[in-house]
Parts: sequence; structure tokens; C-alpha cells
Amino acid sequence: MILLKYIEKLGDLFLYYVDQAGRMGIFLVNVIINIFKLPYYKISHITKQIYNIGALSIFVIIFTGLFTGMVLGLQGYNTLRKFGSEGLLGSAVALSLIRELGPVLAALMVTGRAGSAICAEIGIMRNSEQIDALECMAIDPHKYILAPKFIAAIISMPLLTAIFDVVGIFGGYIIGVKLLGLNEGSYFSGMYKDVEFQDIYMGFVKSLCFGLIVVWICSGKGYFVHLERKGGFGAEGVSRVTTNAVVLSSVSILVLDYFITSVLI
Amino acid sequence: MNAEPMIRLIDVRKRFASQEILKGVNLSIYEGKTTVIVGESGKGKSLILKHILGLIRPDKGKVLVEGNDINKIGRKDLKAIRSKFGVLFQNAALFDSMTVFDNVALPLRERTKASEEEIRKIVNEKLDLMDIEGSNDKYPAQLSGGMRKRVGLARALVLNPKIVFFDEPTTGLDVAKSNEMYRVFFKTQSKLGYTALIVSHDVPKIFKLADYVALLHDGVIQDCLPPEDFQTSENPFIKEFVQKTMGYIYESEQVEG
Ligand SMILES: Nc1ncnc2c1ncn2[C@@H]1O[C@H](COP(=O)(O)OP(=O)(O)O)[C@@H](O)[C@H]1O
Ligand SMILES: [Mg+2]
Repeated sequence: MILLKYIEKLGDLFLYYVDQAGRMGIFLVNVIINIFKLPYYKISHITKQIYNIGALSIFVIIFTGLFTGMVLGLQGYNTLRKFGSEGLLGSAVALSLIRELGPVLAALMVTGRAGSAICAEIGIMRNSEQIDALECMAIDPHKYILAPKFIAAIISMPLLTAIFDVVGIFGGYIIGVKLLGLNEGSYFSGMYKDVEFQDIYMGFVKSLCFGLIVVWICSGKGYFVHLERKGGFGAEGVSRVTTNAVVLSSVSILVLDYFITSVLI
Repeated sequence: MNAEPMIRLIDVRKRFASQEILKGVNLSIYEGKTTVIVGESGKGKSLILKHILGLIRPDKGKVLVEGNDINKIGRKDLKAIRSKFGVLFQNAALFDSMTVFDNVALPLRERTKASEEEIRKIVNEKLDLMDIEGSNDKYPAQLSGGMRKRVGLARALVLNPKIVFFDEPTTGLDVAKSNEMYRVFFKTQSKLGYTALIVSHDVPKIFKLADYVALLHDGVIQDCLPPEDFQTSENPFIKEFVQKTMGYIYESEQVEG
């Protein structure tokens, strides 16, 4: 009897997750259709979101990018010196940033800064019936609220990643060249030689995918807060769903990173 | 009651977890008429509204708006139907990151091609009508409950809807304001001739306005009658409701009769 109950619970849980996955899938398709559907939005809707998601993240990105580059410089220098190839520091720093660390870390920072905000904002709109109100005004929330956020995230993420990369390379330069006395020419000329279009392409594809993942998971979680299994009501419901969204989107970024790398490498 | 009803609920049932809230609701709403739903709090009046708006799916039964089953039609048709609606939610559901002005302007900005200047004119007109000039730049959180309701009403009426749904429009308003609200309502309705469905607790007062009054009790619409017939109905629940809410009038009539 107890076993039966246990199996029933497990089945319920399974159904809940299948249901949620389906819901999120349909949600994504709906938003993408609405991105391309006429009439197009006023430009101000999108610029406002780019400001929220992109511009307000710049400081965090610069800060973390700088320190990531600096630590790469430090670690890279000490490791490469063992093989007598300090001259490769420039390309080592640039390649690890462009191919891997830039997109991933930028996406994680954006998840924490903007993703959580998106999730909480939409969750509150859902719980205070603002989304219902939009629907009753015959304004599709997919178009009015979500599409601008998706567009802004997909535009912002590659730009933020680029900033992260550049600042990181500069951080490596400060440590490698200014602090540890590496030759300035070799730091940059190695980079010119070794960084190929392929590498930049990989970083770009990753940043686009991560941008989509972050905005999809965070806004979707908020949008469906009322359907949460543990109850999505009130402030507590929103806070729980926001935590979930940040964790889920961080994990997805790292998992997806592996798969994109394995395809593009 | 010979014309086709504009909105019909047929045997609508809805259960949440172990609680059956609606147990077979049947209700018809006629074009150009004002129908008022009364009943105790927490018995599902707002829920009926949400079923008609297509926000909640019934477990069983049908909701027909202008003959279309609102849960079977496509997104586009649903949108077309909803574009005739003006809705005031019980909690007003204002957009809390927008100013009062932007809240009321939103339907105009998103659904019409009106210029900013025209929008300003229309919005100010509606806000004046609701007696809330001077709060244009405030945010909903800075308003009192009654003011929020009135902003919600202005927003619901800004596109001159064909069908309006007001969920407790006067709850939280003082007596003078609520009387004023009914005057405004009466005026706009006789001018625009919309169909109205109102949830209200203002019992004797609302009878002057209503063409039909419906009592929701025990998950069922007990009856939907013109106010005079409602007050003299033999239905035990309606009788009890009338007695409870306007007891003294009823009793004095009894004495005189
Ligand atoms: N989304 C929901 N989930 C669970 N229960 C709900 C939901 N919406 C309404 N209810 C329940 O339905 C009942 C009726 O609610 P409502 O329609 O708001 O009552 P009222 O007649 O006061 O407007 C309440 O007991 C409420 O708990
Ligand atoms: Mg209610």
C-alpha cells in the first residue's frame, strides 16, 4: 500500500515535469512567433529592455572580466614558464576567454543580474493578475512583455561577452606584461597569430545560445509561477521560482556549453 | 428575454483540489443589459468572470460568447472577442511599474493608431470622469484602494468597450464616491449602450441600476431575475439573501402588507 502510494507520487512528479517541459516548449515557440509577427514593436520597448538587461550589466561584466583575465594571466604565466613558453601567454589568455570563459562567465553574470530580475518581474505580474489584465485587453503578453526581453537578451549577450573578452585580455596584459615583465609585443602578436575566425565564431554562437537560454528559462519560470508544484502564490512563490530559475539556467548554461563545444570544436 | 443571449454559461463546473467551487453554473447575459451577480464572498463570483474572460477553463460545461465557445476558438478569434471587452479586476490589476497615465493610455497605445496628442486628450477625459485628475504621474502603489479601482475603471472604459465586466467596482470607496461611480456608470451606459456584468455587494443600491440580478449560492446561480422579481422571489436562498441584506425594507413591507 505504501509502495503504491510512493509509485503514484513518483508518477505525479514525472507528469509534472513532462507537463512543465511541454509548457516551456510551447512558450518558446509562441514567443518566437510573436517576435516575427506584425506589427513590429515600438523601438522604445526594446531599447528599454536592452538598457535593463545589457547596459546595467556592463559594470559587473567589466569587473568580473578584468579579474578573470588577471587570474588567467597569473596562472598562465606560471604554468607556461615551466615549459619555457611564456611567449604563448597572450594566445592562451585570449583563446580561453574567447572560446570558453567569456561566454560562460558573462552568461552566468547576466543570469544573476538580469535573469533573476526578469523572473521576479514577470512572476509578480502574473501573481497580481497583470498578465491576465493584458490578455483581457487583447494585448498578447508574449508580444508585449516577452518578445522585447528575448530580443534584448539575444542582442545584449554577444555584446557583453565581447566586452568581457576584451577587458579580460587587458587584465591578462596588466598581469603578464606590466607586472611580470613579459614582452609586450609577444603578448599581442601571439594573439593575432593564434586566434582564428573559428574561435570567435564559437564564442559568438555560445553567447547567442546562452542569451536565449537565460531569457527563456527566467521569463518562462516567472510566467508560469502560478502552476508551480509547491505553490507559486504571493511573494514567497515568486522568490522560490526566481531561485529555481537562476539555478536551472546556470546549470543549463554549463551543460549546453559542453554540447556546443563538442559540436563546434 | 427572447433575444439570443450575448454570453451564456452552460453547466459550468470548476473544482480546485478537493473543493468544488462552481457546481453547474447556468447564466445568460443579454445585449445592452446590466446583469449583477451577488452572493457571499469567496463563493466564486470572480471565478465566473474569469471563466467568461477565458482566463480559466471549466472542468465541465461551456462558455459561449456571441455564440462562440471561448475555450474552443483559436487565439485570433479569442483576441477579436476580447477586444470588445473592458475589464475591471477585483484588485484592479494595474501595471505597477507604469504611471496612472500610462496605465490608462496602454490600450490606446497598443491597440489603436492614435497620436500621443489624441491619447492625452482621451486619457485625461476618462480620468476626469473618474474624478482623479492630478494623479497622472503617480504609480499605483502610491494610490489608495479606491483610487486604484477608479483608475482601473478608466482603463477598462478607455476603448469604449461593447461588454464590460466590473468586479466589485465600488468596494473600498466611500458612499459619496460610490454613488458618483454609479452615476458615471449610468451615464456612460446610456450613452454607449454597452452590455455589463457587475459583481457587487451594494445591494439595495445596485437594484436601481440592474436589469437582472443573479444570486450565486452553493456553486449555482439560484436565479437571474429583474430586481423587482428578485426581491419577491420565492427561492429560499434568494429570500434569505434579500432578507439579510435589506432586512428592514423587507420587514416594513411585510408589516404594511
Ligand atoms: N486559482 C485558484 N486556485 C485555487 N483556488 C481558487 C483559485 N481561484 C479561486 N479559488 C477559490 O475559489 C473560491 C472563490 O473565489 P472567488 O471567485 O474569488 O470568490 P468571490 O465570490 O469572493 O469573488 C475561493 O474559495 C478561492 O479559494
Ligand atoms: Mg471576488
